[in-house]
Amino acid sequence: MAALKPSRRIHYLFTVNPTATLQLGLWVALSIAMMTVDHRYHALDGARDVLATALYPLQYLARLPTDLQNWLSANFAGRAVLLEENAQLREKQVFLNAQLQKLTTLEAENRRLRSLLESAVNTPERVLIAELLAVDFDPYRHHILLNRGRQHGVHVGQPALDQQGVIGQIVRTDPLTATAILITDPNHALPIQVNRTGARTLALGTGNFQELELPHIPNNEDVKVGDLLVTSGMGGRFPRGYPVGTVAKVEFDPGSPFAHIVAKPVAQLDRIREVLLLENAPDAAQPATPTPP
Amino acid sequence: MTGVRSTGGWIIACSFLLAFLATSVPLSGWLGRFWPDWVAMVLIYWCLALPYRIGIGTGWLVGLLVDVGRGALLGQHALAFATLAYLTVQTHRRIRVLPPWRQAVSVLMFLLLKQFLVFWISGVIGYPPRDGWYLAPAVGGMIGWPLLFVILRDARRYFQVT
Repeated sequence: MAALKPSRRIHYLFTVNPTATLQLGLWVALSIAMMTVDHRYHALDGARDVLATALYPLQYLARLPTDLQNWLSANFAGRAVLLEENAQLREKQVFLNAQLQKLTTLEAENRRLRSLLESAVNTPERVLIAELLAVDFDPYRHHILLNRGRQHGVHVGQPALDQQGVIGQIVRTDPLTATAILITDPNHALPIQVNRTGARTLALGTGNFQELELPHIPNNEDVKVGDLLVTSGMGGRFPRGYPVGTVAKVEFDPGSPFAHIVAKPVAQLDRIREVLLLENAPDAAQPATPTPP
Repeated sequence: MTGVRSTGGWIIACSFLLAFLATSVPLSGWLGRFWPDWVAMVLIYWCLALPYRIGIGTGWLVGLLVDVGRGALLGQHALAFATLAYLTVQTHRRIRVLPPWRQAVSVLMFLLLKQFLVFWISGVIGYPPRDGWYLAPAVGGMIGWPLLFVILRDARRYFQVT
């Protein structure tokens, strides 16, 4: 071993790698070609599938510390804390049950009325629960990786919610994982409606987890701070009526035709842990259903 | 390299693996903003220490895996990491003789360039950075470099990676 070392040293002290620049050029050209193909034609999805499956154990491993911390705090919580939490949950369950009773009657009534109107019936939707695996490292691209994939029946375009409201939709599926785009991603637009007045517009992502932008609302439109925004069901991706955000700021500029309106998402997008994926909503099957006036 | 056997490849692989895990740790606040790209730094280290073994090709491959792991465009980090490896290998004689804290300045430059390349590509596909914070991980990398250097150097000597 020791005898071999000098030869090694001589080897790289006096040899300048003459092809380094050429090598770099080739690799860069290959990268650019791959990026173009991936971005424009999505032709590399098969290769990505294979690599993503191979990397899955790693991503799972990366999540372990967080899981361990959760497990520890769940297992070593004090008795008093647990009792208090239990009482709180019990109270909440009673409250929710009461609400649910009301909902059942309302749902039955709704179905009856809808059948009278011969319009589409809102059947209960199937829900798949996925957990967060990773967050995009690019702070301006709000994509998250979930631990459910094609094998579990996830498909592109599936709406994703959390307990509070809409968080985004699936943009890519791998065999074991899926990527979701959040509603605050700068490239995402969500058709919404102001719940109080029914005014329709879009909620555009801004790249900030706390902000959605509402374009094209005229200056004389009735929008107030605190108004709830819900999905309008236009575009056919999202079912109607799920909460999206609340209006946080309304500015009327007399010089411009539209008001400057900013909303805050109801879902806490920067601390997502579990995500509900809706099975294709019945509303989505009939995007052309006119909304009753 | 004629007839000389390379050893300790698993140490190199393990260091990249650990770096990938360390980079994936979800952090918030200031630490999260400055949390460096450990994979890029480990790549710089091996390019400095074993430039005849770890180079542009390895950098490209590692970058490709990072792309898949991060759900980025295939080739985005591959391009940046290949460039990073190229620069490090070309300048390794000048950098290697410096003490770690002075190496950190060169590392900062390399990492800034890498961040710039990655976000430049992001900008091309419609995700331009909104402010200057995307360069912060490079500064974090400069601060973390001496520590990483000492750890990897000791590991390399202990396991006789050549």
